[in-house]
Amino acid sequence: MNEALIRSLTPSVLGILVRRGADFAAAEDAVQDALVEAVRIWPTDEPRDPKGWLVTAAWRKFLDATRSDTARRRREDRVDEEPPPGPAAAADDTLQLYFLCAHPSLTPSSAVALTLRAVGGLTTRQIAQAYLVPEATMAQRISRAKRTVSGVRLDRPGDVATVLRVLYLVFNEGYSGDVDLAAEAIRLTRQLAAAIDHPEVAGLLALMLLHHARRASRTAPDGSLVPLAEQDRSRWDTASIAEGIGMLQAALARDRLGEFQAQAAVAALHADAPAAEETDWVQIVEWYDELMRLTDSPVVRLNRAVAVGEADGPRAGLAALATVPDATPRHAAVAAYLHERDGDLTAAARWYAEAAHRAPNLAERDYLTRQAARLNALR
Amino acid sequence: MAKYLLLKHYRGAPAAVNDVPMDQWTQAEISAHIQYMQDFADRLEKTGEFVDSQALAPEGTFVRYDGEGRPPVTDGPFAETKDLIAGWMVIDVDSHERALELAGELSAAPGAGGKPIHEWLELRPFLGSHPTITE
Repeated sequence: MNEALIRSLTPSVLGILVRRGADFAAAEDAVQDALVEAVRIWPTDEPRDPKGWLVTAAWRKFLDATRSDTARRRREDRVDEEPPPGPAAAADDTLQLYFLCAHPSLTPSSAVALTLRAVGGLTTRQIAQAYLVPEATMAQRISRAKRTVSGVRLDRPGDVATVLRVLYLVFNEGYSGDVDLAAEAIRLTRQLAAAIDHPEVAGLLALMLLHHARRASRTAPDGSLVPLAEQDRSRWDTASIAEGIGMLQAALARDRLGEFQAQAAVAALHADAPAAEETDWVQIVEWYDELMRLTDSPVVRLNRAVAVGEADGPRAGLAALATVPDATPRHAAVAAYLHERDGDLTAAARWYAEAAHRAPNLAERDYLTRQAARLNALR
Repeated sequence: MAKYLLLKHYRGAPAAVNDVPMDQWTQAEISAHIQYMQDFADRLEKTGEFVDSQALAPEGTFVRYDGEGRPPVTDGPFAETKDLIAGWMVIDVDSHERALELAGELSAAPGAGGKPIHEWLELRPFLGSHPTITE
């Protein structure tokens, strides 16, 4: 039994402990301890009922931890009270945990950390390594987050949009480490989709699958970025694309459009094009128009300007770009690209250099610097 | 979720409001200053925002390659170097506003007369990781 499979039991086991009356923070610690033991023992001695084993082990750990408490007697009395949970209750428990860990009272980084631990079953050390902070700092971030939500009752449905934002962050801002955060985000979103029927959950999962499908082709062997138009499309994961497109189509058919479905639709149109030149940019512009109706952010307008540049020519793209604030991330990079397409290589080179200067990460800076150098060499 | 470097300068930053060299403080003032820095770091660890803190020796050496088979050339330290880094703290915070707030707090460390130094700290964002979804 692999670690991911063990971890997939985390939310339902934690849900059972909380329903038996354990407080969330103590139950979460107990489940962590039980998971660590399972990872150690199961490879040689796999239990017939993994979930039952984890519930028993976690409950024992919880009792051990609270035995010294002043509330000891009261808690021990609960041991025999609890009936076994049914499958419906388990799905519901899982859902409530997602809501709790993404509670609006938490900062984004706390919600991410708590979700990865309490829902994902990752250890504090793994989460700390993934986000490049010391383990002690991550431990404090998680225990603070637990304290913040300690008064929240697990009995009312939360806002699914807050959960989706947290999962999006895990997927999109993943650092490198032992844990593949993108894959973990997909796993957690898939698990959420099984617990709640919501077109935006399906939309986000489709979006993740469609982007994840291109992962192998996004970087050259030396680690440098390969832009979408130059990617080797034969390396795209067709199974992942097919799954993402199928999921998106089912979601769109329900006619409750949201931000993630619209973003996934753009990703699907890219994934669908056998070659970059065959991309249906007109439809992509239409999806960006939808996105602007849903959320008129500068980032959406910037992306729309790129699409307009492809659909109607660089002049139209530059006109669309004129409505985007200069301070928008990647504004200069888009300006550079559109000026080059328009034949103004001098302006393009200057914009590429400016874009490199403003790049939010090293991979993009290196890419943009190369573009500036390429144009400067032509002069 | 962004990392920032708080840079403390020996030289090169604009003059602090309470600009008295440390060797002219009382010993109690020095202790209070050190305690403040320690408490600040401890507090950041508790809020889950601390990454690293280091102090640097004031003098360093410039080093460069000098060709195949030759030892590297060293030079300096240069007394006239305008900018000199004293140390840093790395924080991991949710927003730029929070980074500014923390830098302000650190700049309020007590100096001569037990009064805040109002020292200029340089705040520099780290370059992050390349996000998957950009289009």
